[in-house]
Amino acid sequence: MANYTAIRKWADEEVSAQRADKARIAIGLGTCGIAAGGNTILEAAEKTLANNDEIKADIVSVGCIGICYKEPLLDIEIPGQPRLSYGPVTPGETKKILENVFIHNIYEHKKALAVIDDESFSEIPSWHEIPFFAPQERTVLRNCGFIDPEKIEDYIVNDGYAGLSRALLDMTPEAVVKETLDAGLRGRGGAGFPAGRKWTIAADNIRALKEKQSDLPSYGYVICNADEGDPGAFMNRSVLEGDPHSVIEGMTIAGYAIGASYGYIYCRAEYPLAIDRLKLALEQAREKNLLGENILETDFSFDIKLKEGAGAFVCGEETALIASIEGDRGMPMPRPPYPAQSGLWGIPTIINNVETLNNIPVILSKGATSWAKKGTEKSKGTKTFALTGKVQNTGLIEVELGMSLRQVIYDIGGGIPDGKEFKAAQTGGPSGGCLPKEQLDLTIDYEALAEAGSIMGSGGLVIMDESTCMVDVARYFLTFTQSESCGKCVPCRLGTKRMLEILTRITAGHGKIEDIALLEELAPSIRDSSLCGLGQSAPNPVLTTLKYFREEYEAHILDGRCPAGQCKALITYEIDADDCTGCMVCLRACPTEAITGARRELHVIDPELCTRCDTCRQVCKFDAVLVA
Amino acid sequence: MAVTTNDRSALIPLLQQVQVEMGYVPKEAITEISKELLVSPSEIFGVLTFYSQFRLNPTGKHMVKICSGTACHVRGAPLIIDAVEDELGLENGEETTEDNEFTVEKVACFGACSLAPVIIIDEDTKGNITPDQARKMVRKIIKAEAKKSVAAQKSEEVVNG
Repeated sequence: MANYTAIRKWADEEVSAQRADKARIAIGLGTCGIAAGGNTILEAAEKTLANNDEIKADIVSVGCIGICYKEPLLDIEIPGQPRLSYGPVTPGETKKILENVFIHNIYEHKKALAVIDDESFSEIPSWHEIPFFAPQERTVLRNCGFIDPEKIEDYIVNDGYAGLSRALLDMTPEAVVKETLDAGLRGRGGAGFPAGRKWTIAADNIRALKEKQSDLPSYGYVICNADEGDPGAFMNRSVLEGDPHSVIEGMTIAGYAIGASYGYIYCRAEYPLAIDRLKLALEQAREKNLLGENILETDFSFDIKLKEGAGAFVCGEETALIASIEGDRGMPMPRPPYPAQSGLWGIPTIINNVETLNNIPVILSKGATSWAKKGTEKSKGTKTFALTGKVQNTGLIEVELGMSLRQVIYDIGGGIPDGKEFKAAQTGGPSGGCLPKEQLDLTIDYEALAEAGSIMGSGGLVIMDESTCMVDVARYFLTFTQSESCGKCVPCRLGTKRMLEILTRITAGHGKIEDIALLEELAPSIRDSSLCGLGQSAPNPVLTTLKYFREEYEAHILDGRCPAGQCKALITYEIDADDCTGCMVCLRACPTEAITGARRELHVIDPELCTRCDTCRQVCKFDAVLVA
Repeated sequence: MAVTTNDRSALIPLLQQVQVEMGYVPKEAITEISKELLVSPSEIFGVLTFYSQFRLNPTGKHMVKICSGTACHVRGAPLIIDAVEDELGLENGEETTEDNEFTVEKVACFGACSLAPVIIIDEDTKGNITPDQARKMVRKIIKAEAKKSVAAQKSEEVVNG
């Protein structure tokens, strides 16, 4: 059984046999689902089933559907009925819902979230009607949360490996490269280099190498960069956990297109679940002859090895990543030569991000024209974002490129919680910048973001409100880049350290007004003279916060004040005499015994003993603790 | 062009394997690997210390991982770190407590940003944590350990007595 028709037939039969007479209870057990308590829901569901013989269903764990703020999620799918989603559920509610649905045929519940692709329940909205999902376009996340990532048949029945089949059977490698070029797919790892151009260069070099030498194990390599290191980003993790085959298929197509026989997936060690699912997916693909020797009965052979990263942010840079696979310190090399000319072990290599590769099967199965219908002229397609921070609806989202920041934050994200005011949107992680409310109508595409001083990056989108200190944010990112700097080139190694020192002294209340000019002098020199992207982009958070939030820097330096009330050296905690009820909750919670007072009497904080740990403010039910 | 040798590329996976088994990479392991791969110990040490995953010393009995990603940072991770370090009496960047009971690690990002701030103590992952809750989680473990050692002492007394 090795041709695609036979494989597809097998998958269809498997899936219909599995689903035919048995209901399915799906629990979101991505990393986020687990953190929200997904495992307790799984236990509750198992227990409910064990205690009720009438409930006949399979319990499966699925990846992340993206609506993280409603985790833990419970999905129920009964044959012949639409799929229902409930969340966030507690173990008790899980039991109740399962009994209601399976025994009493009652579907409504206060935690009923949505019904997937069906309008038959008047009281439960279809998921397209939920504001969080309505403006989204799901291409990359087409399968996440819908299929069982541990079953290859689930992927195949959703058109999985159809792109590979079309590429191998109906197209020449050159035609596959051209299709990718025509689609206009740009690198989703951050820089936005056209994937098709990278492939063209690699394909040319591989052809030249084949003419020169005849005894190499592989004339080219395909590397999937899954070293998602940006703090505040989890798009790739969700794809790897929820749809691992899409990446394997994308890599295999890439291998065919450029003429490579081997690939590597370089995955962060911090993603153990993603690694497990990839290992399983690789085995399944080999078993079904979708990977390995003579794929789908053709002459093309390709295999993939999985490499675990060891915790170095700089290894997201292509030449550093290659050094790391080779067993060295992950230090970048000057380019050119680019990896597409001379990469892994000196062989032409393409390095594509998880999301870039995940788009490839769709481009091949649906065609470049159809794929490129979405997006703007220069930024085609859709992009996933990890929408996090001070926003109502946090989660993993995917939107058509060209949507405005405002739409993402307010329509999908539901705005800022607790009635607070929006301050900034941070894109691009430590390499990106903070965009202020004046930029809310900015469209999300590669050029517009760069023009505003930030970058698209891999998709981290952290929202900040009035209680976020922008100087502290700049200091935070510099702490990160400084500690992750590999130390090879001086501008990055010493430059980030000096910038961090300056930012630290400003947040500690020891800043001088000349410090601002010094930062503005240092930043461009570091940007222009660093060896790799890490150093070149490290000044971005400083430059954008200086550009858009200069008054906050000045308040720290000139007035000794942190307007956001975050910098410990510049704030004091006080208890408001009008609001304090003397309930003693803060007094008991204070770890340094800095609060005194008796029951029903005003409590007082001793500023000498207070460590500004914020515990009192968080435990106070009357908002009586003030930060000034 | 150099013929590709895969030996050197086995270095990092080997170190990872040692760390999984031992919890850290002891000196003896470096010597062994050096002989096996014909790579000098100093070079291995260079690779080892480059990657933040590797440890040269054993960790405490309980592992406390606090996420310091951007989303966690803006939602109060620094306060969680302060609270846990204070509770365990860790100062000046120390990672492991004197009694070897706890190691505190600040992790760049777990990727569970929607639930920020996030803490993982041993196998227990908790999102939307407050400094107060983090202290309580740590205290609970200390208490459980104290109970265990009392029980152990008692059973020892029974045996000896």
